[in-house]
Amino acid sequence: MTALAIDNLSHGFGGRRALSEVNLSVEPGSFAVLLGPNGAGKTTLISLVTGLYNAQHGDIRIFGHSIRRDPLPALARLGVVFQMPTLDLDLTVGQNLTYHGALHGLSRREARERARDELERFGIGDRQGDKVRSLSGGLRRRVEIARALLHRPRLLIVDEATAGLDLAARQLLLTHVRDLCRNGLGVLWATHMLGEVEPSDQLVVLHQGRVHWDGRAGDLAPSAALEAAFLRITGGPS
Amino acid sequence: MKMRYASRALIGIMHREMLRLVGQRGRLAAAVVRPLVWLGIFAVGFRSVLGLSIIPPYQTYILYEVYIVPGLVGMMLLFHGMQSSLSMVYDREMGSMRVLLTAPLPRWWLLGARLLANTVTVLPIVYLFLVLARFWDVRPPALGYLAAMPALGLAGLMLAAFGLALSSMIRQLENFAGVMNFVIFPLFFASTALYPLWRLEEVSPILAAIAGLNPFSHAVELIRFALYLRFEPVALAVCILALAVFFALGVWGYDPGRGFWARRIAKGA
Repeated sequence: MTALAIDNLSHGFGGRRALSEVNLSVEPGSFAVLLGPNGAGKTTLISLVTGLYNAQHGDIRIFGHSIRRDPLPALARLGVVFQMPTLDLDLTVGQNLTYHGALHGLSRREARERARDELERFGIGDRQGDKVRSLSGGLRRRVEIARALLHRPRLLIVDEATAGLDLAARQLLLTHVRDLCRNGLGVLWATHMLGEVEPSDQLVVLHQGRVHWDGRAGDLAPSAALEAAFLRITGGPS
Repeated sequence: MKMRYASRALIGIMHREMLRLVGQRGRLAAAVVRPLVWLGIFAVGFRSVLGLSIIPPYQTYILYEVYIVPGLVGMMLLFHGMQSSLSMVYDREMGSMRVLLTAPLPRWWLLGARLLANTVTVLPIVYLFLVLARFWDVRPPALGYLAAMPALGLAGLMLAAFGLALSSMIRQLENFAGVMNFVIFPLFFASTALYPLWRLEEVSPILAAIAGLNPFSHAVELIRFALYLRFEPVALAVCILALAVFFALGVWGYDPGRGFWARRIAKGA
């Protein structure tokens, strides 16, 4: 079953159209990059997919469950890393993760065990007792991804999680999430950084609220020519 | 909704609120010191100015300190409710509200759990104040402390729900700070927290009418009567009704199809 299916989605704020007739789907085990310049509508799309508010037109289904009509099973299968940091700075890493676990119905023991495993996978198992405030930006992002995976979602949505990170931290996050894809996790990775796209990725180019390209990145252009192709699509300087 | 999941979420939310409150030592200290300043300075100064007749639930003449303590408890709940909703606006701006609202549980449950957590966390502070008030000879019957607990819980929930409704209508933290001033002070001063209704009627019938309609007055009276082992059905009914209305407004405000989230302009969309 398709991990994420978006059909004919449109949404606006006041007189401004943020998304127009957006269609896209993400299969389990695939890494889909949602690429678009700032203001393309990526964050609006992610807010709608995560059910923060309802779309004015169209439908969003997560593993067949409509986010509007049947939100609870849809949200149970979804892990999200928002663009904006959402960790509680004054709580420890472990406390943040067990709080998230509780919101997803995990017992404290289960949440603690899973938190330990996830943090170790990200190489930060020893930071569980540290206050989030004392962590660097890169470490906080790793904690956020570990937290999003705590309830073992089948679809992960990541909104510009690498913004502000150095190259090494960015690579580490990408490598880890790509590894998870190989184990069946569907990923929608929103970014405006072309360097994060690989030729085998599903690439969705969003510009001014519309999908301008949806297909294999390598089919749009070879890696070296991707920037020029992206600028051509989005009407930037060539 | 599976009850086991829902109750784990409730416990998780309560635990988080408790940890946050314990971490905010300044806020904790202010929550206790603020009513003590009112009791120790304001009430002593006003004792000679305000003569009080025998009014229910009291059976004898009382000192002004005795009269004002339930009002100060109401003030603690009011401040706590408003600060909690302020933290909801902060959480929303900082993003951690998104973590709560993307949990696979109904929003009314998540918001209700947050209200309950806010109320439960303030109760130990209120009881600490009530114990300290004994040094000012404010000594309700021992059973009154127990009887007051449901009244404190209901009043706390009602005021937190009021804050929730407010927070759902306010877009930015800066706006909320202004609303706090326009809400807390009128609610507090136009109530029976500091002066009995008959006193207000003597000086201003309009103010007395406002205080009579003010749900905060009813919260204070519910606590006052419960502390002295008396039941006040009108105050109870008003508090329950106000809780239902404010909570419904808050849930509406946070509904994905209506209210704040639907109206908001997506930053960086």
